[in-house]
Amino acid sequence: MTAKFSLGYFLPAILTIVLAWVFWSYLGEIKDGKSIQDLPSALIDKPAPTFKLPGISAGDKGFDSADLKGRVALVNVWASWCPPCRVEHPLLMQMAREGIPIFGINYKDKPDAAMRFLTELGNPYQAIGADRSGRVAIDWGVYGYPETYVIDAKGHIRYRHVGPIMPHDLAEKIRPLIKALGK
Amino acid sequence: MIPEIGQFALILALVISLIQGTLPLVGAAKNRTQWIAVARPAARGQFLFVITAFFCLMQAYVTSDFSVANVAHNSHTLKPMLYKVSGVWGNHEGSMVLWVAILAIFGLAVAEFGSALPPSLKARVLAIQGLIGFAFLAFILFTSNPFLRLDPAPLEGNGLNPILQDPGLAFHPPFLYLGYVGFSMAFSFAVAALIEGRVDPAWARWVRPWTLAAWCALTVGIALGSWWAYYELGWGGWWFWDPVENASFIPWLVGTALLHSAIVVEKRDALKSWTVLLAILAFSMSLLGTFLVRSGVLTSVHAFASDPDRGVFILLLLVFVIGGSLTLYAIRAPGLKGGGLFAPISREGALVLNNLLLTTGAAVVLLGTLYPLILDAFGGGKVSVGPPFFNTTFVPLMVPVMLAAVIGAMLSWKRGDIAAVLGRLKIAFIFALIGVGVTSFFAGTLKDVLAAFGIGIAAWLIAGSAVEIAERIALFKGPVANSMRRAAGLPRSAWGMAIAHGALGIMVAGITASSAWRVEKIQLMQPGDVVEISGYSLIFEGAKKINGPNYHGDRGIFTVTKDGRTIAALTPEKRDYPAERSQTTEAGILTMVSGDLYAVLGDKNQSNAAWTTRIYFNPLVAWIWVGAILMAGGGVVSLTDRRLRVGAPKTARQKTRPQPNPVGA
Repeated sequence: MTAKFSLGYFLPAILTIVLAWVFWSYLGEIKDGKSIQDLPSALIDKPAPTFKLPGISAGDKGFDSADLKGRVALVNVWASWCPPCRVEHPLLMQMAREGIPIFGINYKDKPDAAMRFLTELGNPYQAIGADRSGRVAIDWGVYGYPETYVIDAKGHIRYRHVGPIMPHDLAEKIRPLIKALGK
Repeated sequence: MIPEIGQFALILALVISLIQGTLPLVGAAKNRTQWIAVARPAARGQFLFVITAFFCLMQAYVTSDFSVANVAHNSHTLKPMLYKVSGVWGNHEGSMVLWVAILAIFGLAVAEFGSALPPSLKARVLAIQGLIGFAFLAFILFTSNPFLRLDPAPLEGNGLNPILQDPGLAFHPPFLYLGYVGFSMAFSFAVAALIEGRVDPAWARWVRPWTLAAWCALTVGIALGSWWAYYELGWGGWWFWDPVENASFIPWLVGTALLHSAIVVEKRDALKSWTVLLAILAFSMSLLGTFLVRSGVLTSVHAFASDPDRGVFILLLLVFVIGGSLTLYAIRAPGLKGGGLFAPISREGALVLNNLLLTTGAAVVLLGTLYPLILDAFGGGKVSVGPPFFNTTFVPLMVPVMLAAVIGAMLSWKRGDIAAVLGRLKIAFIFALIGVGVTSFFAGTLKDVLAAFGIGIAAWLIAGSAVEIAERIALFKGPVANSMRRAAGLPRSAWGMAIAHGALGIMVAGITASSAWRVEKIQLMQPGDVVEISGYSLIFEGAKKINGPNYHGDRGIFTVTKDGRTIAALTPEKRDYPAERSQTTEAGILTMVSGDLYAVLGDKNQSNAAWTTRIYFNPLVAWIWVGAILMAGGGVVSLTDRRLRVGAPKTARQKTRPQPNPVGA
């Protein structure tokens, strides 16, 4: 072994350490409660942000904060380009059939792509707001797509679910909560 | 009782792996033959106990033993037997057991068939394998024990997510793990070589078959996963640049680069430290994928139960394995100087280009996957990176790879004559032009023009590979019998390469055509209604109720006719799985060479008994998976090459090559 030493060869190892540090800080945040699933929002038990969004197409009725008053409802943030949104879609359809009001925030989407998504898979939403700039999603503190919020009759955010809703999330968290809030 | 045996077997395997990971390493350093000799029985013991644990878990699944928490959470008595068995690896804990089982099989293979390896290298390779096994066994036992009991045992289990109950997906994880874990062999060889301080052509000849086998398995695994997404998720797409898909694709790209650079080490004794780095990275990327999927750092369709504690454990493991091996690399690699010099225009030069582009591609995909995390960690806010990023960055990188694949394969070693090679490739070039010409003749938009180039590249790859073989067997240049004899005498690795490159062309044609010229029709249909699509007529005959073993649902029936003749029936289904409280769609697909007719049954309109239906025509889409499987087939053909089977034989070619010149040590 020749006693050569070259700093360039350390580059991969250094990159690894930097990356590991990023992951480490991330895991720390998750452990501190900023979990990806069940991410407790800073807005939990506070009123939903005030906003007013236009509909997807020009003639559509939009979605604004006033729509959320008076009953328990879900707000679902989705986009046609997001594969997990398609995965959870049948469950949204099922809840809509059961009469649970669901409102949609269509995040940074093209109108025709969003409309095609809904014609293909069905429309579970009572009203949809098109958040083309992503500004309203920032107010809600949206982390990833899809994301779903449970809003109580007073218009307060009670629960936040990040990622696709899976059957067990529905059975173990969302349904019981809607039931409890509805009483 | 049996689950306890399984748990005990895992603990014994953990102890053995610690011995396997330490004694031979020290023995090889201090030249103690008895310590070195521990490696082989230890590898056998690890295999025995891990396999025992694996079958104990399988027994619990097959008999639906719900006193085992893992079985209760993931299985159900009504589930068909195939999915009871595949349920073993359909969850986090069980899949980790499969992971170490495959690792143990590979370890056993080195112990049993590695008799031609230098004893110290073999001992070190097995020791590194032992250490990897130790880390993963500890991970299983301390954070993800599959044998935990439930008391009282529930009467019925929760069932497996129905979209995972599918034959394609039953075999997707084992192939993927064969690939990931297979790269651990290249990794162990690389680390062992760094410890020894020597990398020579014999080393490359040892690493290549393992890498090739792992690469073939990974190719099949990824293809199965994408095929499953195509027919099961019901929207006709087959690749979504989803983080978990990327997690399997990055090791594949690095592995492909490794496959090619190992040839240079073997034949020309050059690119040594680069090849060692790739061997380390291929496995590191596999580990990173495991971390991303299971730590909860990324959310995706792949809903593995995520848990930050597990994440911390895997992260430590990652730092230890990747950081440790790369530090070793940083210290030892400067001493690995290659012997073979070469001009930029040469076979080596082409392989270097291939490596640069493939690794850049891997880096781009990695960046796109991790960018949201990294930006967030530095306080840059939350972003999401979608398919447009990957399509605009990754695809252009792959175009020169494919153009060069054909040319590079025909360049000679050391110094090539590119003008002569291009002259010999005239026919392939004409085919490519025909491909571009014919498709752009029908083109209407810019997208079509780009697609025409895609078809041209596909034709170039297929025709170029055919020309390469035709030249080597002197086809049309003498008696056919002579060509046949040459064809039989051609090394299997030459056939393997031509098949794999041609298969890539088939895949490119499928990818291009299905993304550029897909036709979709969405409508409400009542029984008797007809949809016309791409020359086919689909008559909706209605829908009926069906009952499966663990589901019920609706099945739509479409009769497909072309030019008045009935050619097939499509039966898309909507299934409802009561145990899992969830629904799936099963697309009805008619696969033809020209493309797939793809029908999905949507919801029933309550007022007028009409059904929402979606009909797609996906041109050439099956070529993607045929290409992928053929590509893996090319790898298998290459694996049967004499020079890999016999270990390190003296072939005729070796006479012209300078003798391996051990460096360092």
